[in-house]
Amino acid sequence: MPGLGTTFGRGGATTSQQDLVNADAILIIGSSMAEAHPVGFRWVVKAREKGALVIHVDPRFSRTSSMADLWAPIRAGSDIAFFGGLINFVLANDLAFREYVVAYTNASVLIREDFKGPDELEGLFSGWRPDARSYDTTTWQYDRDDEGRPRRDPSLKHPRCIYQQLIRHFARYTPEMVERVCGIPRETFLDLARRYVERSGPDRTGTICYAVGLTQHSVGAQIVRSAAILQLLLGNVGRPGGGVLALRGHASIQGSTDIPTLYDLLPGYLPMPMAGPESATLSRYVVRYRQQAGLWAHFDRYIVSLLTAWYGPGGREHDFGFGWLPRISGDHSHQGYWLEMADGRMDGLFVMGQNPAVGAPNAALERRALAKLKWLVVRDMVEVETATFWRDSQEVRSGETSPDRIGTEVFFFPAAGHAEKNGTFTNTQRLLQWHEKAVDPPGDCRTDAWFVFHLGRRLKAKAAQDSHPANAGLRALTWDYPTPGPHHEPDIEAVLREINGWTVGGREQLRGFSQLAADGSTACGCWIYSGVYPGAADNRGRDREAKGAYGHGWGWAWPADRRILYNRASARPDGRPWSEAKKLVWWDERAAEWTGLDTPDCARDNPDALPFVMHDDGLGWLWVTSGLRDGPLPTHYEPLESPAANALYAQQTNPAADRRERPDNPWAASPDPDYPHVLTTYRLTEHHTAGGMSRTLSHLAELQPELFCEISPELAITAGVANGDRVHVITARGRVQARALVTSRMRPLVIDGRTVHQVALPWHFGPGGLVSGDVVNDLIAISEEPNVKIMESKALTCRIHKVPGPRS
Amino acid sequence: MKQVYNPRMPSLLRRWPVVRQLIDRTDGTGDDAMTDRTRTLGVRTAGASVARSVCPYCAVGCGQLIFHRDGKLESIEGDPASPISEGRLCPKGAATYELLTHAARATRVKYRAPFASDWQDLDPETALDMIADRVWETRARGFVAERDGLPLMQCPTIAHLGGATLDNEENYLIKKLFAGGLGMVAISNQARI
Repeated sequence: MPGLGTTFGRGGATTSQQDLVNADAILIIGSSMAEAHPVGFRWVVKAREKGALVIHVDPRFSRTSSMADLWAPIRAGSDIAFFGGLINFVLANDLAFREYVVAYTNASVLIREDFKGPDELEGLFSGWRPDARSYDTTTWQYDRDDEGRPRRDPSLKHPRCIYQQLIRHFARYTPEMVERVCGIPRETFLDLARRYVERSGPDRTGTICYAVGLTQHSVGAQIVRSAAILQLLLGNVGRPGGGVLALRGHASIQGSTDIPTLYDLLPGYLPMPMAGPESATLSRYVVRYRQQAGLWAHFDRYIVSLLTAWYGPGGREHDFGFGWLPRISGDHSHQGYWLEMADGRMDGLFVMGQNPAVGAPNAALERRALAKLKWLVVRDMVEVETATFWRDSQEVRSGETSPDRIGTEVFFFPAAGHAEKNGTFTNTQRLLQWHEKAVDPPGDCRTDAWFVFHLGRRLKAKAAQDSHPANAGLRALTWDYPTPGPHHEPDIEAVLREINGWTVGGREQLRGFSQLAADGSTACGCWIYSGVYPGAADNRGRDREAKGAYGHGWGWAWPADRRILYNRASARPDGRPWSEAKKLVWWDERAAEWTGLDTPDCARDNPDALPFVMHDDGLGWLWVTSGLRDGPLPTHYEPLESPAANALYAQQTNPAADRRERPDNPWAASPDPDYPHVLTTYRLTEHHTAGGMSRTLSHLAELQPELFCEISPELAITAGVANGDRVHVITARGRVQARALVTSRMRPLVIDGRTVHQVALPWHFGPGGLVSGDVVNDLIAISEEPNVKIMESKALTCRIHKVPGPRS
Repeated sequence: MKQVYNPRMPSLLRRWPVVRQLIDRTDGTGDDAMTDRTRTLGVRTAGASVARSVCPYCAVGCGQLIFHRDGKLESIEGDPASPISEGRLCPKGAATYELLTHAARATRVKYRAPFASDWQDLDPETALDMIADRVWETRARGFVAERDGLPLMQCPTIAHLGGATLDNEENYLIKKLFAGGLGMVAISNQARI
């Protein structure tokens, strides 16, 4: 999220899948889109049939590669070196879309004189505080004049302007360096770079598609940022066939960050208040986060409307209930609190629709931690391994522990499926689509909404009997959704109406976030979703009449049904489209408003509107002064476990990343002769995540019945392994058994003059279901990227051995 | 292909495809190859009710048509009207009917007491009562209202995981109750970036 969020303003895909058909070039990296998002990949195929160039950059030659014009094998974890190489190619050859860059990015802004970059500081930016293991970002800031305005040089020649900073910073990311670090031969890289870049400009555009192959790294946010910087330099954002398409892996994973079941956010990307003086009161919190201009200038309206939705009207005298919100005071992320759980400091846990016993990094540690809980509630459609860890985990089967030594009390609730409930999913392109309930769920199966609502009802009843100040927020919490039907399921339309927002006085639905007020007269559960339910009976998520190239009339995209974000950038500064071929939104002189094929993503009546409306300056940020903890620009660091030394800087790894190293989360050295190969993981078409929705289904189980690992014929010879042999894949954390799939789809790479092999495993298997297999995530370490605490699961190191004995 | 009517031919013999092909002088690949049963077959979803839905697996967001009759699921197919998927489903999406109807699907609330070696059945309302008691007791014991004289309002000993497979409205209720009502901060799901 912050990779896109800091660069463009919003943490969401900038474009839609259908818009891929308008691209002249599509670069897919960190994703096997044909296999993990097959139906979305249709739009890539359609684009190719229309003449678009398709490039796939991935450690594996997959079905995505087979449909591409170009495949470049890459060492997992070297993506910033790759994008840095592309950025350097653009800058060194003066191939940027200069008019776009000058008008719509912060390229011309000057940075403070005391800033120093990794070139000068052995891979660190200025401001590094070794004791705090974090940056002081003072020197990364803009150079401002006496009135506080950033100094600029629109000619982009000033040595301290961001454009020149980029030129210097990326100068060492040469094709030779890309070859050394990524293993992509320089001729292949230059061919790729030339062909992608020449398909951008006023009448051509390219899109970058990525998935978790780009994000699950110790530099994950910065990898995404490097892709975003390239797209800004090429003028590929906010235009048809342009943009960055984040391909997400769960039906509503975008929705679960927009309305976050995450620790550090409130709905609509409002930050959770922090412990300490800066968020002690609502007014201080607003001062801290409100911006001077752009949509965050109305921060107070969003938070007050949210508080009014949660704690009811009439809250003005008690700060609208702001004081009842919990403050975050540490690392409450999944991995952060799970380590607390492993140390016995967590008593209770709810797990809903997730299976960490298989799906989480260092899954063995996660399973052992479950045994330290007092109580656990699991809700799912099948008895996933997380619900049954006390009787069939690897640790129980190996004799390490047994049920009579596990004191955790476990409640399992069978969940209703999507066909058995009403509600909205937000898909990978920010589109809310309502799914209608078809039938009642069987037996005791109920929706998660039912569970949370009725648990809340009971807890509110307890709070009503207990006047302790800690319960004031719970007592005030609005919790009066209608519960029609025999199962007393809460009315989901009523919840969505609250998310959309209404006027407190007349209970009239709001038409959009522009109607929100900061005085408690409006309630709104998620400001960016305001407009999805604009009338008492007008659920736009239900809309099923697609019209036009962007599918307006089918569902509703946040914000304000804008299908292509920042689409004002599709027009020149004077409001005319850059070209007829790439027109999307333009200024209509006669009507004096922005108009076009999409809902304009800017103030409709302002001819001088700039595209990046979330930013106070309206610009895309090539350079980020705040919001990222590991640098204003992306820098290549080696993965936390790597077979190579950093060829670019003395600093080996992201200094702000955290290995969370401890006896139950050990690491190999870099390089380590015991673990010479790169380990990476991926998804199969036929299974889904940790297998809870696929391993129990007969068709899918039959299609992919067994865990395997892909290795190259060269590695097979070295390791003495034949195709079909059983092998052990071993990391510093653990060992799994898999069937060897020896295939030339895997290719040894030459990294810094040495041959490096890569080993790739799908990670869906576990002990339960119709098809079982070892848990691949037992091999993966817990680690935390500094911005979003994401684990580095796509690039670690391993060794492989043939399992002695007969083949079957 | 139009059939030739021959009143002298016994009807059973006339329906024999070989005879029919001889009479009709066709090559046996058209309508004449069909039995009457095949000819009168209709779509099995005819007359069923249909719900407009969305695939529950990845985030492409393929449209699904859920056919049902008398409270039972009949079939789940791709929605041809979807501007994203245009009727297509991948192997997982095409398996959605089985996801909802397969034999291993859990349909009963289960309870495992501390140190027990097996599940026992539990009434859902009783289970909810017990969980509410656990939450209340754990929260009361662990709640931290202030730190350094400033509000903390934290319930640090209860955690939540999950949300990316749930509906927006469910995520909203979870965040509202667990954070806004109970003060839980350890709330996480599958999403990171």
